[in-house]
Amino acid sequence: MFLASPAVEGISKADALVAAILGYAVVFVGLILLMIVVIILGKSMVKAAKTKKEAPATVAPTVTDDATAPGSAGEVKLYDVPDRTAAMLMAIVAEKTGRPLNELRFKSIKEVKEV
Amino acid sequence: MEVFMKLLENFQYIQWQHVAMWVIGGILIYMAVAKEMEPTLLLPMGFGAILMNLPVAEVGTGVQAVINALFSIGIDYHELFPLLLFVGIGAMIDFGPLLSNPKMMIFGAAAQFGIFFTLFVASIFFPELKDAASIAIIGAADGPTAIYVAKMLGSNYIAPIMVAAYSYMALVPLVQPPVIRLCTTKKERLIKMKYEGKDVSRTTKILFPIVVTMIVAVFAPDAVALIGFLMFGNLLRECGVTNSLSDTAQNVLANLITIFLGITIAARMRAEEFLQIETLIIMGLGLVAFVVDTMGGVMIAKLMNLFLPEGKKLNPMIGAAGISAFPMSGRVVHKMGLEEDSSNFLLMHSISVNVSGQIASVIAGGLILALMGGK
Repeated sequence: MFLASPAVEGISKADALVAAILGYAVVFVGLILLMIVVIILGKSMVKAAKTKKEAPATVAPTVTDDATAPGSAGEVKLYDVPDRTAAMLMAIVAEKTGRPLNELRFKSIKEVKEV
Repeated sequence: MEVFMKLLENFQYIQWQHVAMWVIGGILIYMAVAKEMEPTLLLPMGFGAILMNLPVAEVGTGVQAVINALFSIGIDYHELFPLLLFVGIGAMIDFGPLLSNPKMMIFGAAAQFGIFFTLFVASIFFPELKDAASIAIIGAADGPTAIYVAKMLGSNYIAPIMVAAYSYMALVPLVQPPVIRLCTTKKERLIKMKYEGKDVSRTTKILFPIVVTMIVAVFAPDAVALIGFLMFGNLLRECGVTNSLSDTAQNVLANLITIFLGITIAARMRAEEFLQIETLIIMGLGLVAFVVDTMGGVMIAKLMNLFLPEGKKLNPMIGAAGISAFPMSGRVVHKMGLEEDSSNFLLMHSISVNVSGQIASVIAGGLILALMGGK
């Protein structure tokens, strides 16, 4: 029966405390390392894309557009729509459809102006 | 008459424990159907609990033997079901918002505090460290990770751990808001954060699952199976050339595994294993894990705010989304932001934190395995 076992005393609790502190610290270190890698990866990709654009024999811009995967708000093309309004619209669509935002694909948001 | 008596002979095997388990099964089904709490898992688990506790002359025969066989194949044998489910989950997750703002990963790590806090608290109640560690992993807020770790450590309490993990995941909208309100002031909850969505190249999205798998292999080798399958699913999604496989993983595979996973877990919901005082303690510790996870994320955000200039301050509520319950936690934080100020949209921030919590919880699970010496 638990609580009555001699194994509860001393070493188990001490082990648990050490494991808890160590584990939490390592999760932090791991995630910070991952964050650094992602930042470096992102920057190197941006740099590579810039170099590609600056090169004389550039590929048509539409190819670059196609090269980005659709799916996140950062890739939505906005036509005369402020960021804030776009975020609001996307949140409303996500709410009304009952689907998380990351499962929805917004390609562009355009204001339809009355003539 | 003899034939009639034969038909009713199973009545003699009914015990109060069976009835109690039928009630528990009924509650799980009620939560799934009437309250729509994690119905895809709680419904099969509830029905499985009833199936496993039907009165029979010989325990472990008939339908119980079939469910036991499913357990042997799907969970006992290299934790197959949780790992396959991770392929589906990986295919569902878009890491784009996180890649566009990788600093949010800090909160994924912070919100794992509940796991490690509960590990210590659970060790007070449970003599075996493997049980304390398995219970602590409820705080990962991630069903497959909880199953995987508990099974790998050979815990004696797999069923209550599963029930607690999935129940609290379903209860995230009820558990988190009061804790967040307790840890934050009205002024903090009103903080608006500008979302600067940067373009994330396709190459980055393809490299991300590969790089993450390699880094986790270094830091938490025991988590490689979990993270590897999760990231494999994500690679199917992001590579752009396996859309049909990605769709299958997200829908058919995930649904198929979910059906069997729920009913398979019920193999460990036999009355003699489940009706113990330890089950109640585990449910209590699970709640502690979720609450402390939430507090950990919020508090780190508040701590960071001390060093950030005006205009760059974080809404501390987003820290709470660092628990892995994806995407519920991200949506809860977003809704809370809107309740405070109808023009405060935190969704993209909270989802970034939420997906980083998914990675962090897997790393935490792997670390628990490494520290406890899983098989």
